[in-house]
Amino acid sequence: MPVSIAVLAKQVIDPEMPMAAFRIDADAKAVVPPSNIPPVVNGFDENAVEAALQIKDSQEASITVISTGTSFALDVMKKPLSMGADELVLLQDDAFENSIDSFFTAQLLAAAIRKLGGFDLIICGRQASDWDNAQVPLGVAEILGLSCISLGKKVEIKDGKVSVERITNDGYEVVEAPLPALVTVSNELGQPRYPTLRGIMAATRKQPTIWSSADLDADASQLEPRITLQELFVPVRDQQCEIIEGDDAADAGRQLALKLREAKLI
Amino acid sequence: MADESGVLVLGDSTGGELSSMSRELLTAGRKAADDLGEELAIGLLGATLDQPSQQAISYGADKVYAVTHPQLAQYQVDLYLAAMEALCRDVSPRIVLIGRTNEGRELAPRLAFRLGVGLAQDCLEISVDAGSKTLLANRPVYGGNAIAVVRCNYTPQIAAIRPKVYEPLEPDSSRQGQVVSFPVELDPSQARSQVVNVVEEAAEGVKLEDARVVVSGGRGLGGPEPFKDLETLANLLGGAVGASRAAVDSGWVPSSYQVGLTGKTITPEVYITVAISGASQHMAGCSGAKVIVAINKDAESNIFKEARYGVVGDWEQVVPAFTEAVRELTQS
Ligand SMILES: Cc1cc2nc3c(=O)[nH]c(=O)nc-3n(C[C@H](O)[C@H](O)[C@H](O)COP(=O)(O)OP(=O)(O)OC[C@H]3O[C@@H](n4cnc5c(N)ncnc54)[C@H](O)[C@@H]3O)c2cc1C
Ligand SMILES: Cc1cc2nc3c(=O)[nH]c(=O)nc-3n(C[C@H](O)[C@H](O)[C@H](O)COP(=O)(O)OP(=O)(O)OC[C@H]3O[C@@H](n4cnc5c(N)ncnc54)[C@H](O)[C@@H]3O)c2cc1C
Repeated sequence: MPVSIAVLAKQVIDPEMPMAAFRIDADAKAVVPPSNIPPVVNGFDENAVEAALQIKDSQEASITVISTGTSFALDVMKKPLSMGADELVLLQDDAFENSIDSFFTAQLLAAAIRKLGGFDLIICGRQASDWDNAQVPLGVAEILGLSCISLGKKVEIKDGKVSVERITNDGYEVVEAPLPALVTVSNELGQPRYPTLRGIMAATRKQPTIWSSADLDADASQLEPRITLQELFVPVRDQQCEIIEGDDAADAGRQLALKLREAKLI
Repeated sequence: MADESGVLVLGDSTGGELSSMSRELLTAGRKAADDLGEELAIGLLGATLDQPSQQAISYGADKVYAVTHPQLAQYQVDLYLAAMEALCRDVSPRIVLIGRTNEGRELAPRLAFRLGVGLAQDCLEISVDAGSKTLLANRPVYGGNAIAVVRCNYTPQIAAIRPKVYEPLEPDSSRQGQVVSFPVELDPSQARSQVVNVVEEAAEGVKLEDARVVVSGGRGLGGPEPFKDLETLANLLGGAVGASRAAVDSGWVPSSYQVGLTGKTITPEVYITVAISGASQHMAGCSGAKVIVAINKDAESNIFKEARYGVVGDWEQVVPAFTEAVRELTQS
């Protein structure tokens, strides 16, 4: 039996955009997407795709990418397919607007996973680079009653178990859990592979499955947001930097040491 | 849950002492409890808790729930969760505070989901609205580029607090409080994941999280070797070496060196950055430093908007001369 793997992936505003392009609409309590910079698949979710592909490199596996949102840039969301994933399922509805919380998001994703018949392994990113919540995957695991290992930098399946190198404060630990299980991964997993030309062509031909809220059998009582956003603001920074000069760069380095000494910092 | 009341901190101990995160949570919890006019309790999990329980009272707790069980001697996520869930259901607090430590990163969301409530994640500051008794939390989003103020609509209202943003209170050993033993039933089979091996990669010497001075290197160093120079400098200053994610991703140093949103939160007296651009996600881990010093060749780099002192120049020239001068100054 091939291993069935789901990857949960979110479309986000590119976090590498220049800081000057970052704008919020305080009245709408929303971030204004920059008009000339396309969205991306959340970076850690590309790591999750890579983790799934590494498993598929060594054994028979099928990879289904699932995402929820109000609207998608299809060429962006097809990137995991061009990297080698098999299916794409998009849960798309205006009712899933951005201000919904992690609780709501996790309920939708869990409902879709159930509808798809469940998976041996679900791989997620450690956090989404927009709202930085790091909650959705742990919630999905709780809702589905799965064992859960977070912050993986290497994920392997052997003998019906998942084995994960999990990042700790001082290094890492190897953690094992029986399947089915959910794992979150971090950038330490390594650079995700680039799409191949063949992969890109195959992805162009594939059509995603698109479901709206009506297609999902989610418990309505669980679709009440647990969190409300009251206010959104950009913090002010008023740090004044004193640039230390010198005859040349080396001298500036010496002057810096004197300055720090004078300020009793060293 | 009817009649919810009070603030419950979920704490822990390390090496027989109340952990620093727990002390910080008691500061936040004390203020919230006073504003509500309600009690501040702490739940401590472990095998033996006498000393940390007394310390918790001197750091501000009115009541300590000592959740002892042999299975809690070592951290295991499923068992800790089961114990925390049992405590929260029994105590029915209005507000629960937990630390966003490495363990808290997995415990807090799962606890909230189990209780069917929301979590204000990675908070920099919390306050309570005394009238409605609701918790308001400030949390950074978009890597710290913006701050969101969020409210929890369900009780208990749970917030995970970022480490090192609250200062522990001055301990007062004359404070009175009550220690209650809270027995839990735990079955080892509840532990669904198992740690089979532990690998330490952190540098020897002063710990990054505790260092008074930290010297961090970034992508502009161009390779792993320059980190040896940073180590020499850090040693002279009695400090530790850190890194940006770009340096970690390049494989120059292990991930335990990473400072930032998804790395360590540090609050040294002096933070010296070398060839780091000062991305918001990096600053998220070091903005609590008293003084930031930047060495970067690009005068337009964001790091100069964050630093107190800066040198615009190539690190290959600046760092050796700076190190030599530090050597002379600190050894004379
Ligand atoms: C300003 C603001 C502040 C907010 N603060 C909070 C808050 O404090 N608490 C709260 O509960 N909610 C909050 N929300 C709502 C929330 O941030 C998100 O809409 C939702 O909770 C998902 O969280 P996240 O995007 O941070 O995902 P994370 O939980 O960080 O995502 C982790 C992983 O889960 C998977 N995943 C997440 N979202 C999706 C998706 N849509 N499709 C597929 N996979 C996904 C990915 O694998 C991802 O890497 C806030 C919203 C706003 C606008
Ligand atoms: C969700 C998310 C989480 C993240 N978490 C973290 C995190 O925890 N920690 C973190 O650090 N990053 C994190 N990042 C990455 C972050 O956005 C930046 O990409 C990263 O911090 C950049 O590292 P850097 O400053 O070393 O590299 P760069 O931004 O490339 O900067 C290199 C700097 O070196 C300077 N330089 C080059 N050569 C020289 C020279 N010879 N002499 C002097 N200066 C020189 C350049 O002027 C430049 O300013 C995260 C990103 C995301 C999206």
